[in-house]
Order: sequence, then C-alpha cells, then structure tokens
Amino acid sequence: MHAIFEPGFFSSGPVHVALVIGAVAALVSAVVGVFAVVRGQSFAGHALTDVATTGGSGAFVLGISPLVGFLGAAIFGAGAMDLVGVQRVRGRDLATGVVLGAATGLAALFLFLDTTSGATTGATQTILFGSIFTVASSTIPTVAALSVVTIFVIAFIYRPLLLSSFSADLAAARGISLRVVGLLFMLALAVSVGLSSIAIGSVLSTALLIGPAAAALRLATSLRGALVLACVLGVVATWLGVLFAYDSFYWFSKSQGLPVSSFIVALIFVAYLASGMPVLRRRGERSGAAGRGGPRGTRVEESA
Amino acid sequence: MFSSFMVNAWQAGTIVAVVAGVVGFFVVLRGSAFPAHAIPNGAFAGAAGANLIGVNPLVGLGVFALGAALGIGRLSRRGRADAVTALALVMMLALGAAFLSQSVEYEPQIFSLLFGEILGVSSSQILPVFVLAVVCVLSVAVLYRRLLLTSIAPEIAAARGLRPERVETIFLVIIAGATTMTVPVVGALLIFTLMIGPPAAARCFTNRTGLALFVSVAFALATMWGSLAAAFLTNWPVGFFVGTFSFGWFVLGRLYATWHRAHGSPKVRVVLAQ
Repeated sequence: MHAIFEPGFFSSGPVHVALVIGAVAALVSAVVGVFAVVRGQSFAGHALTDVATTGGSGAFVLGISPLVGFLGAAIFGAGAMDLVGVQRVRGRDLATGVVLGAATGLAALFLFLDTTSGATTGATQTILFGSIFTVASSTIPTVAALSVVTIFVIAFIYRPLLLSSFSADLAAARGISLRVVGLLFMLALAVSVGLSSIAIGSVLSTALLIGPAAAALRLATSLRGALVLACVLGVVATWLGVLFAYDSFYWFSKSQGLPVSSFIVALIFVAYLASGMPVLRRRGERSGAAGRGGPRGTRVEESA
Repeated sequence: MFSSFMVNAWQAGTIVAVVAGVVGFFVVLRGSAFPAHAIPNGAFAGAAGANLIGVNPLVGLGVFALGAALGIGRLSRRGRADAVTALALVMMLALGAAFLSQSVEYEPQIFSLLFGEILGVSSSQILPVFVLAVVCVLSVAVLYRRLLLTSIAPEIAAARGLRPERVETIFLVIIAGATTMTVPVVGALLIFTLMIGPPAAARCFTNRTGLALFVSVAFALATMWGSLAAAFLTNWPVGFFVGTFSFGWFVLGRLYATWHRAHGSPKVRVVLAQ
C-alpha cells in the first residue's frame, strides 16, 4: 500500500526529489494545461494519463522500461485521438472517449496479466495514484530533459497555437495548418502527461494540468499572465502539498500519513474554487453556455 | 457457459448493457463523454470511503456519484465544463487515495471496483441492479423529448422555456444512477466504455434517432454477451473484451459511414461529430 511513511524513513532525500520533480511536472503541466483548457481539451489531457498508464502496465507485462511504456502509449493515444477526430471541436470528447475506452480494455488485460504473473503486487494502485515520494532521483534528468523539449515545442508553435485556439477561422485564413498545429499540440500534451503520470501518478497529473491553468485563466487578464500565474499556482500547490503530506504522518496515531497527491489536489481544487469568487461578480451572465461540451476560449479572448 | 454463476453474469450483464445503450446514446448525442467517464470513476472513491467506515459500498458509490453529478452540474454553470469535470474527478480520486491510505484494502478488491467482477455477481445483487436500471430507463423515457431538444437544438429548447443547464444536471443524475448500479458489476472504467463505443457506432449507421437508440442497445447487448462468452472461454478479464468489442463496433461504424458517404445517397450525412 502507501507504506512510504515509515518512521525514520525520512532522510531529506525523497522530499528533495519530490520537491524538484513536483516543480518540474507542475511547470510543464501548467504551460501545456493553459492551452489544453483554452482549446477545450481537458478530457484529452486526462484521458492521456489513463492511456499512458495502460502503456505502463503493458511495459510491466513485456518487461520493458516503464518510461517507454508510458510515453509510447501516450503518444500513440494522442495520434489515435487525432486520427479519430480530435481536431474537430464538436467531436473531440467523443474521439477521446473512444480511444480511452479501448485503452481501458487493454489496461484491464495488462493488469490482469500483471497480477496473475504475481510480479507486481499493488500495481493497480501504484499506477493510478503513484507517489511523488517514491520517484527515483535517477529519473530527474530524463524528466527534466523531456520537459524542456515539451516547453520548446510549445514555444515554437506559440503564435499559431494561440491563434488557432482562439479563432480557428482566422488562423486558417492566415494559412496556418490547423491539423499540423493541433497534432503538434497533442504530441506535446502526450509527452507532458506521460511524463507527469509516471512521475507523480495519473490523478495528480490531471490535477496539475487542468487545475492551475483553469484557475489562472479565470484570474489573469492576458494569456501570458495566465501562463505565469498557472506556473506559480502549480508549484506552490505542489510544494505545500509535499509539506503537508510530510507533516500528516504525525497527525494520526495509526502511523499512516495521507498521500501527497490528496493534499496537492485538494489545494488545487480550493484554488480553483477561490478563483471563481471575483469571476462570479464580473461575469454572472455566463450561465447556460457552459452546460454542454465546453466553451472554447471565449473568456480570454474578450479580456486579452 | 450457463452454469449457475454464469446465469447471474448473463442477467446482470444484459441489464447493464441495456442501460448503457440507452443512457450512452444520450451521452454521445450530448457530448457528455467526459462526465460519463468522471462520474463512475469518481464514485469508485465513494466505495473506498464506505469500506473505510464500514458501510455498504453501494451507499458510498451512490453518494459520490450523486455528489459528482450535482457538483459538476452546478460548477460548470460558471466555469468551463470540461475543466470543472476534470477537477471534480481528480478531487474525488484524491479523496479515494486518502481513504485507501487509511484502510487496509485488499488489492483485488480495488481491481474489481475499477474493472468489474461480473463473473462474481451474486443473485442477491440482481434485484437492486434491476430496480435502478428500470428507474434510469424510465427517467430517460420521461425526459426523452427534452433531452433530444436540448442536445440537438439548444436555442429552440431555450425558446420553448426549457432550461438546458437544468436538463443537463438531471441527465448527470441519471448517469450517476446508472453508475451506482453498474460499477460493482462491470467496474468504473468499463461502464464508460460500454456507454461510448456502441452508441457512437450506432450513430454512424443511422441518422434516425429512434432507430439509432435501438441499434445502440443492440450493439451494447452484443458487446456484453460476446464479452461474457469470450471471457468464459479464455479466462481473460471481461473488461478487455468489452473494451475491444466496443472499439471494434466504432471502427465498423466509421468504415460504414465512410463507405456510405462514397457510395450511398447524398442525402445521408454523418452526424457523428455532433
């Protein structure tokens, strides 16, 4: 189970690793997440964590490196979603769902094979919830390097991505290939999500991707501001969560602390709810339209 | 294949498939794939919590599913619906992680909540599943026109005095009901698969709503029965077959739609993307 809170287990080592890897994951997720939220691809961002973990469990079965499994499955899943029709705004969630469903079926098989082969007890939980404290410090360079690549890709396509996210027609009129930009973004999303789900678990991966970005987009008045604010929110929530989780070990007599992901997610959730407060006053008229599918980036457009 | 424990599986599977076909049809039509994924998945955390405090897991499932439905419905009125759904989902899963960390949950139990345990359905489980199924299908029947109108023509619906956000919340509650009964049987992850694949495929084959609904149920039933038989023969998890067959239906549907666009009458339009 989550037996990471053994008494005396804490030298500062795991905590340091958690702080570093958490910050890296939070930064990349925040940057990619802002675009994911603006483009209405939150579902894809979440589904890719599940697809990635399917790859992770498949890697267990095949005995290959989990990193290859996670990243490979995420990239393959992103490609499949694109192929099924993720680039059409109205069909996105459905395409995502179809790919997710197929991946889930495979996950059922892989986890079944994992558990029957007996090699990986606790695989289901580890894969779902992961833990930032159990990350090996040797993975930091890989994660950092791939994160830099992801950020670089986003920076490279920043302007076309921005334009195609807010106004697809305008972007098309300027000669931007929506297909290429969309696919590149999906790949960046896949790498970011694959990395963060192996490093910090799939739950936390989605939380860091969507939460800070959604909160920042409600507060900031420009996209740049939203990007910065999302990074700050993500890193602060991650570090506070690590701190609380460390402390929580002393809160109960059962000598069983609470998982760090629970704290980080709770902090992010509270931050999102709090970000709604001023919005409530300014934009009370925005009811109804958000009821289905998801609005596409109208909010930032009107304030940018 | 029809020994006593399999009879329960056939019964439960059939009920689940019918409900998934009916509810899933509107999930696909309304583009509610994300909530349909988030509600069962989040409800899983409720079962973990119920285990921790020693309550029937069904109660935990129901409370969390309902809470998720109402929460998503309410919060998405003043935020981006998909971001809100994602956050609600991870919040519930984070609670689930906290519950699990405090209990000494047995690994296979978690696996079965996520991926189902249809071959282990007891006959005492059939009745509650059946009752909830009837309630869900009846609710859809009562709301049929309203669901259709708010999905296809929200402006007309609004002009007629329907409140789309209210209909959406009620629909999410229906998903929650369908979820509560199906998670212990087919698992949180697979009920989603069953609610997406067959209905999405059905919409590729026909444009007529009533017929598509019927085809959707038929595909869901075929998926479920085929999966049960395959699982019985191979001893592999049912979930794998449900996922594979559902995806297979969808691929078939897309192939048919492509072929039909090329060879069929020009009047027929593929409305899958809606």
